[in-house]
Amino acid sequence: MSDLADAFAAAAMLIWSLDQDLVGIVLLSLRVTLTAMAIAAVIGLPLGGALAVFRFPGRSAILITINALMGLPPVVVGLIVYLVLSRAGPLGALGLLFTPAAMILAQAVLITPIIAALSCQTISGLWEEYREQLQSFAARRGDALATLLWEGRIALLTALLAGFGRASAEVGAVMIVGGNIDHVTRVMTTTIALETSKGNLSLALGLGIILISLAMGVAGGTYALKLAAERQRSA
Amino acid sequence: MMRWKLVQRPNRAIHARARLSLHNILNRVHFRHKQDVPSVCASAPGAWAARVAATLALAIGMIGVLVGASPAWAEERFITVASTTSTQNSGLFDKILPAFTAASGIEVRVVAVGTGQAIRLAERGDADALLVHHKPSEEKFVADGFGVRRFDVMYNDFVIVGPAADPAGIRGLNDAPAALARIAAAGQPFASRADDSGTHKLELELWKKAGVDVKAASGTWYRETGSGMGATLNTASGLDAYAITDRGTWLSFNNKGTLAIMVEGDKALFNQYGVILVNPARHQHVKAKDGQAFVDWLISAPGQAAINAYTINGEPLFFANAGKLGS
Repeated sequence: MSDLADAFAAAAMLIWSLDQDLVGIVLLSLRVTLTAMAIAAVIGLPLGGALAVFRFPGRSAILITINALMGLPPVVVGLIVYLVLSRAGPLGALGLLFTPAAMILAQAVLITPIIAALSCQTISGLWEEYREQLQSFAARRGDALATLLWEGRIALLTALLAGFGRASAEVGAVMIVGGNIDHVTRVMTTTIALETSKGNLSLALGLGIILISLAMGVAGGTYALKLAAERQRSA
Repeated sequence: MMRWKLVQRPNRAIHARARLSLHNILNRVHFRHKQDVPSVCASAPGAWAARVAATLALAIGMIGVLVGASPAWAEERFITVASTTSTQNSGLFDKILPAFTAASGIEVRVVAVGTGQAIRLAERGDADALLVHHKPSEEKFVADGFGVRRFDVMYNDFVIVGPAADPAGIRGLNDAPAALARIAAAGQPFASRADDSGTHKLELELWKKAGVDVKAASGTWYRETGSGMGATLNTASGLDAYAITDRGTWLSFNNKGTLAIMVEGDKALFNQYGVILVNPARHQHVKAKDGQAFVDWLISAPGQAAINAYTINGEPLFFANAGKLGS
């Protein structure tokens, strides 16, 4: 029990003192994960919606693949991105390995399938409901897709949140492609792994508590956004 | 692009949130029409397309800014050094690198992994310099043309740690292979790195000298953690197992539990660190000048003094010995 108490004390101390290193680490974590989420959303939302609305050969195969890729292990993503960005790899000339951009890329690869699969689910429900109506307007499918994405934007926030959660929690991919370099690519999860390996268990858990608090903040913010949107409509 | 107004079908259960949204948009549209106020929702198709385009542009612009933005503290001039977890976990880099950066204006970015992985990183050209601790592997790295030249930097030693109760009865021995043989004979748990690190390579050499076939014992008393030094010490601490660790990591490790040093002082436990500049002839992008500056500083008087000055509880973790053992 005292270990847990120590962890909360460590977390409180870190937050209270507004440790400069910690602030940097938290900001970098947010920057990497939010950017990865934005990229994954730009790709995943239209992709998921298209899979819900369009019918074409190979659609089932793509759906199955995307659903399977929801369970992509972060280490595998990290390894693939590492091999691609390594100096000896195809994109090695860009010199992106061990930079935040590499971490963003890895997390985007990791969560695009999640956002695509979940938004496909959401849009499928809407499409089933409004299909006849949209067709009665002689809407082209592309326009129908755009309409449904817009109408379902609040429900789609959940898909984005799932992606954010996955990206902010993973350590395997960013450890490999970022290298956990102090002040450059060190984020919350890799710091926790490092402090654990130093045997600073309370500090590691304290950082974990801060990470969970951040996730709570993001989830709470999303919830408030949804609530506000609903209130505005029923007002 | 056209946007279509959707009318709720009352006879079917639909997504609650969507229903709310559509219903109210329609109400608003209706209301606005009655008031003869132009409605955003019912605006011309062109306006909607513009809105989508604007949203997309905003999103892409934001991504661009976020990807491109670099933290204020990151210096333009930097080198990447592949090194071992022992140098990082012991806190040595945090202590000595600021002095080098202050003197040279070169930031050092350390990727700390096991020696085996560090060497493979450097072979692929993903680092400018290599600071590791397994001399045979380092010499092979240079001989194969991946590195320019190897320099001794510093040394410390490995120790065998174990539970204070010492069920294998090895405390105080100064013969490492003999101690390992006793652990094996007693069948007491031993936590191995098993990650191709410098420490792991040395451990395997010691088992060989002790005449113990650890492969056969894997999964019984011989536990292969496949992880870094700190993680392996955490495992040993939890299992009350024996383990081999470098002294630097051991001194700075904060979760010792009942673990204590059992065996030390055997010549076979000597731990030499070397530094190598990655060969720019092999990888053109290697920052040879700045990397060489780092190597030169490490083996210079100020660098060596900085290494010796790092102590924990008055005990030095590394002993600088550049140019003393030759190479």
